[in-house]
Amino acid sequence: MARDANAGMVERRGAGLWLTHLGLIIGVAFIFFPIWLAFVASTVTQPEIVRPPMPLWPGDQFYENYSKALTSGINAPVARMLLNSAIMALGISLGKIAISLLSAFAIVYFRFPGRQLFFWLIFLTLMLPVEVRIVPTYEVAANFGMLNSYSGLIFPLIASATATFLFRQFFMTVPDELAEAARVDGARPMRFFVDILLPMSRTNVAALFVILFIYGWNQYLWPLLITTDPSMNTIVMGIKQMFPSGDDTADWPVIMATSILAMIPPVVVVIGMQKLFIRGLVDSEK
Amino acid sequence: MATVSLESLKKSYGKTEVIHGVDIDIEDGEFIVIVGPSGCGKSTLLRMVAGLEGVSEGEIRIDGERVNEKEPMDRDIAMVFQNYALYPHMSVEQNMAYGLKIAKMPKAEINARVAEAAELLQLEPYLKRRPRQLSGGQRQRVAMGRAIVRRPSVFLFDEPLSNLDAKLRVQMRLEIKKLQRELGVTALYVTHDQVEAMTLADRMIVMNDGAVDQIGAPLEVYANPQTEFVAGFIGSPPTNFIASETIGGQAGTKTGIRPEHVVIAPVGQGNATGLVLYAEPLGAETLIHLTIAGGEAFTVRQDGAVAIPAEGDQVGLSWSDDVEMRFDASGRRF
Repeated sequence: MARDANAGMVERRGAGLWLTHLGLIIGVAFIFFPIWLAFVASTVTQPEIVRPPMPLWPGDQFYENYSKALTSGINAPVARMLLNSAIMALGISLGKIAISLLSAFAIVYFRFPGRQLFFWLIFLTLMLPVEVRIVPTYEVAANFGMLNSYSGLIFPLIASATATFLFRQFFMTVPDELAEAARVDGARPMRFFVDILLPMSRTNVAALFVILFIYGWNQYLWPLLITTDPSMNTIVMGIKQMFPSGDDTADWPVIMATSILAMIPPVVVVIGMQKLFIRGLVDSEK
Repeated sequence: MATVSLESLKKSYGKTEVIHGVDIDIEDGEFIVIVGPSGCGKSTLLRMVAGLEGVSEGEIRIDGERVNEKEPMDRDIAMVFQNYALYPHMSVEQNMAYGLKIAKMPKAEINARVAEAAELLQLEPYLKRRPRQLSGGQRQRVAMGRAIVRRPSVFLFDEPLSNLDAKLRVQMRLEIKKLQRELGVTALYVTHDQVEAMTLADRMIVMNDGAVDQIGAPLEVYANPQTEFVAGFIGSPPTNFIASETIGGQAGTKTGIRPEHVVIAPVGQGNATGLVLYAEPLGAETLIHLTIAGGEAFTVRQDGAVAIPAEGDQVGLSWSDDVEMRFDASGRRF
């Protein structure tokens, strides 16, 4: 199949090919440059950063800056914040996937009174992002004593209309005969869900996991509200907390080291799940 | 290895009744084919026996025991679906073993049964493959294997061959028949293809519009159709129907004559006269399409070696009285 695809492609030769690549390389350099600067800034000393011109090549403070960031940080050690972020992002993405799989299963495969109503209620929440309902959600979380806790960081963000909708659409493409065959084979509904539906949704789950992990990791406003204790800070909000207030001087090398560290987990997740992610977006295994 | 009886079985969706009371007693080991045009309720009937559709009225008994309220898995049946319904993420082996695994059968027993079915269906080289790596015929075999390993008392087939090409269909038809003979299992087979019905059935059930028109051995149904619908549906090309008056019969009734019972005769002779429209020589036989007095279409089927009349010719159509089938205004035979 790969050979056919190549044969069918328009062939590019000579100058056109080089120009294309040149364009791509410039684009990549353009996007990559700020990240490079952040990396350079995380390997030099504070005086070197503030003295113009800005250094463009890494210095010799890599180990010092990163170990300082990881172990002590400014308000809280970055290692701790990374852990908090990881727990929150994993909790949100796994929770969202579990709940939306189950609710999509209920909506597609069971006929219960108010099925349509529930579907539209779920769908309606698409129009209510966190920012809109943030005050009442905060109130509820506070009353449940979930401030400064992982449950407070995770649970209010778990319900997901988008994921429910995605799985609903996928389940609707699964032929009814499959469910009937499983019924004849003796599979009760949950058994069918676990043995048949879940493995068939594997690539969708992987694609969604990548998206939701990054969504969870990049949460800023909600952790800012719900956590006051620095040891519960997540890394994305933590970076902002590191900025000095008033006359203090910012420890830019450590802040930059933190930024670089904050970027690593999403990148690892994307690269690690790239193959499944792309398969989940482009093909369905039926 | 079980009898199946349906007793005044009815099915309604809301106020619309789609099955109007079906009564059948199926003997142990019998191969029953339910045949009818699309929308006649044959699949619904089968799905009711399988337990995939609820019963609105009446009773289904398998081996004398009422199963109306039982789940499909508790009915001791196995079903082969039209689209095979194989689990796409499981290997052939896992597909066949799935039902047994759920029934918590010991592993050794499962393996033995799967191996046995694989051998019977010549699936051994493909056990580790996924369904999408198989051809249509192989998938069909896996679907049958999945049914066989459960050793059910009743096999249910829902148009299992309709997704195969013509050649494979003939081959699989023979295999299904052979398999059912070997296993001696009662089988209920739904199809809209009358050739499948004729070749497979011990007895066939011809359904029309939610009701059973006739039950009988294939040749018996062919020779003695009880209704106009059955006469028209069974047999290819279909039976010719002409208003009885045109051949000197009773007004308001119809006479059916099978195309193979008619002989072309010189003009003026025979029971009727027809105008030849066109001929379809098929080699072994020739189909001649005509119109007869009154404008009705008429088909004659004759041996391929017999001379074909030219298009536009007037010919006589001759048949003996004992092949005439007479139907009253409501379509009943009399």
